Amino acid sequence: MGALLATLFLPLAGAIALLFYDREMGKGIRYSALAFSLLTFVCSIFVWLGFDASNPGLQFVIQQTWIPQFDAGFRIGLDGMSLLIVMLTTFIMPISILASFNSIHKRQKEYYIMMLLLQFGMTGVFVALDTFLFYVFWEVILIPMYFLIGIWGGQQRIYAAVKFFLYTMVGSLLMLIAIIWLGMYAQELTGSFTTNLLILRDIGPQIPAETQHWMFLAFALSFCIKVPLFPLHTWLPDAHVQAPTAGSVILAGVLLKMGTYGLIRFNLELFPQASEYFAPLLCTLAVVGIIYGALVAMVQTDIKKLVAYSSVSHLGFIVLGIFSMTPEGIQGAIIQMINHGLSTGALFLCVGMLYERRHTREMSEYGGIMRIMPVFGVFFAIAMFASVGLPGLNGFVGEYLTLLGAFRSPFLNTWVYAIVGATGVIFAAVYLLIMFQRVMYGTNDNPKNQALHDLTANEWFQLVPVTIFMIWIGIHPPTFMKYSEQSTRALVGKVESATRGTTAFTKELEQRTTNDRAHLHPEPAMVEQH
Amino acid sequence: MWNEFYAALPLFLISASAIGAMLLDAFIKDSRRAILLFSTLALGVVAVASVLVFQHEGTGFAGMIKTGGYPSFFDILFALGGIMTMLSAHPYLERNNFEFDEFYTMVLFAVSGMMLIAHANNLLVVFIGIEVMSISFYVLAGYLRTSILSIEAALKYFLLGAFATGFLLYGMALIYGATGSLGFPAISAAVSSGTVEFPTLLLIGIGLLIIGLGFKAAVFPFHVWAPDVYQGSPTVVTAFMSTAGKAAAFSAFLPLISILMPANAPKIQMLLAVIAAASMLVGNISAVVQSNIKRMLAYSSVAHAGYIMMGLVANSERGLSGTMYYLATYLFMQVGAFVVVSVLETKAGKNLEIKDYIGLSKTHPLFAALMAVFMFSLAGIPPFAGFFGKYYLFTAAIEAGYTWLTLVGVLSSVISVYFYIGLVVAMYFQDPEEGVEKYEAKAGLAGLTLIVATAGVFIIGLLPVIISNITDSLRLVAQSF
Repeated sequence: MGALLATLFLPLAGAIALLFYDREMGKGIRYSALAFSLLTFVCSIFVWLGFDASNPGLQFVIQQTWIPQFDAGFRIGLDGMSLLIVMLTTFIMPISILASFNSIHKRQKEYYIMMLLLQFGMTGVFVALDTFLFYVFWEVILIPMYFLIGIWGGQQRIYAAVKFFLYTMVGSLLMLIAIIWLGMYAQELTGSFTTNLLILRDIGPQIPAETQHWMFLAFALSFCIKVPLFPLHTWLPDAHVQAPTAGSVILAGVLLKMGTYGLIRFNLELFPQASEYFAPLLCTLAVVGIIYGALVAMVQTDIKKLVAYSSVSHLGFIVLGIFSMTPEGIQGAIIQMINHGLSTGALFLCVGMLYERRHTREMSEYGGIMRIMPVFGVFFAIAMFASVGLPGLNGFVGEYLTLLGAFRSPFLNTWVYAIVGATGVIFAAVYLLIMFQRVMYGTNDNPKNQALHDLTANEWFQLVPVTIFMIWIGIHPPTFMKYSEQSTRALVGKVESATRGTTAFTKELEQRTTNDRAHLHPEPAMVEQH
Repeated sequence: MWNEFYAALPLFLISASAIGAMLLDAFIKDSRRAILLFSTLALGVVAVASVLVFQHEGTGFAGMIKTGGYPSFFDILFALGGIMTMLSAHPYLERNNFEFDEFYTMVLFAVSGMMLIAHANNLLVVFIGIEVMSISFYVLAGYLRTSILSIEAALKYFLLGAFATGFLLYGMALIYGATGSLGFPAISAAVSSGTVEFPTLLLIGIGLLIIGLGFKAAVFPFHVWAPDVYQGSPTVVTAFMSTAGKAAAFSAFLPLISILMPANAPKIQMLLAVIAAASMLVGNISAVVQSNIKRMLAYSSVAHAGYIMMGLVANSERGLSGTMYYLATYLFMQVGAFVVVSVLETKAGKNLEIKDYIGLSKTHPLFAALMAVFMFSLAGIPPFAGFFGKYYLFTAAIEAGYTWLTLVGVLSSVISVYFYIGLVVAMYFQDPEEGVEKYEAKAGLAGLTLIVATAGVFIIGLLPVIISNITDSLRLVAQSF
């Protein structure tokens, strides 16, 4: 309990503490922010240690009524999926703060306050067990992110910040209506209005199909904008390119995961029948996004934009995995959320390091960097290969499982999604390898590139932890996947019993899975660890 | 007998102190500070008295006024609005060399009018209250009498206001004709028992009443006066008019709609819903293109009146609570925003364009931060109070089956975000051009107002129960003791 509360509120306490710092104390502010985020990470490790992986239910649940008139409450708790994403958040934050040390020079005090507020909001989103509280956290994030892009961003920052804000608002306000609607429905059934997710998750599947469709769409729109799912992705390249490095890392690493997290937590769990109905549509969009993002990434000349579009492609895999509604698919989606956070985060860090040195992101300005910055090159290569999905690194595990899920999903009932989606992996190899070749290899005939220095101590501290986890997940995914396994199974079981009316089907699927594994997949990437 | 007097104590206190302030002027030489102090303290006493008599729910004086509960809530709101206005008016008027005693006296009179409206249990009392409040507003709007804009504002407000009063009075007359009574309980009884002799007359009367009150609350299509009047009036007066004045209009609206609704519920609800939807859309869309910050806030206040009307449409317990909550919230955030504007305004009435706010976060970081908080609150972003107000009203509207109205509300909120954060963009993201005249704005006593406003936006945003626990138990039509 205490550990979870500390994980949630320490960043807020840090932000408030920073308010009282003198704005001239740049160094003190920076290191205090780092200390707060590291301390939060330590707290989250205690949450991790206290978490019982064999329990599919919610753990560390705290319930306090906040507004009795609406039965809105401060209700928080974790299941396996939220645990992993909260860990990702607390892990990425110190690294992002470290990455800001050399790149943020103006208004440092405000910057680090915004960073810590952002962390508070993000953690809140992942632990909230109350739709009202969830909405509050969801919106709270807007303000710091808006300032991060708008004040510390690039040339077109104002356009990007406003676009980001408006896009998110459109989606989230419709979600607000759906949240109220859901409460009203609970009022009809139980006699009292509520936003308590623990009650709503039982009520959700009872909603008639017609209504459920509308509610599903209202929630999904908000989440799909955040993901972002094609064709709602247009805010992302702008926001990514204009945001400062740390902003991009957080955006790719954690913020986008709010969308996919929401799809699992709310759409799948509350509206299973509607999920079944809309799964083909969302999977189609996901596959289109995979291909489209990859193709657009291929023609970019700006490295950061390339990585941004690669996010659109990678997030497509996650959505595909989620709406395959199979244990493999969802497990793959969850681990892919972590992977994408790590590998794309690392890519953004690397791009940021190049940018710090040369103040350009045009690929044509680079070339032959490998010879000048060999150590940097190694880390960059690992991040790049992880993003490509090379076996042995983390990206492979997630992509493989999501595709597997889509392949054998009884809800989609066709192989087309998996097959078309799989081509996205090939495209990813194409654009990332081309980018890497252009930047790192070739002749180094640009005189401005001659005198670049290799990694500084600060940069080592940013890249080493990320790389360790990328390799760790790649080699031994069960370390992490076992945490979300039980809750994923429970979720899939719930979806199936709601849509098929029986769990016999689940058993059949499990049987099939076991058989297949015995025949085809003797490798460790599989989820089941009995 | 004494019970009656005690329960109506806030009303007596405010009237007595308004008259007292006027007389004080005659007896004390150079009485500005004294009257400021006296008026502020008087309003404080009124607020305390309202808290004390809160439990004495009932009617008094032959059923003409109601006391305790519902009116007490508004008394506190109006007194708070008055105090915030006076504190911020002092530095503002001093800077403009226009600080005279009458200002504070007129604010007191306006507050007494508003309180009378909230206390009314009879159509005539509503009318008297509205007149007392309006006439004070006409004077206050034209208070900077050397400024052409201020005079224009006063004249426009007066002419249109007088016209609207005509509608109001005619509506009351028709309702009297239809139901045979001016007292709320009797009207309510007649309407809900279905014994109205001339239903058409009643319906027309209600329509005219909605026009008259809609004008005071500045809802579409009776809002056209608002931008000019809000822009021309002294900024602190605008803050007062657009919040407490609006709250006063709604304090009459709420009980009247709830007693008149039963006979023609679908028609009235639809009419109010259309007005609400149009106000939200027109207000917010018009605000997007404004370059003057006072005009922008004026149009946005039309939209906020639209949001508040959603509570009237719902006409339920939740709608009532939501409306009252929103009015309280709106008082804090809108007064806060206008007071920041008034502090930054230079002597010649300059520095009111949005482009003048470019780079404010560097020149006046504190004011910029406060303005940003008020803007986010007005835009309805949690955890600020404005968000919860909207949530309350949206819930009420959906509960009443008006989901489409909520959708309009949501859409117009998105539009409103554009101009609210547009101001934040100017303050924080844009760099000022070189060679812009530097000046140092000082808050003085207005700082107190800003503290109260900011605290309000945060506290009732994070702990909405403070207000909703009070409003939940209130009854609109009081029975006698």
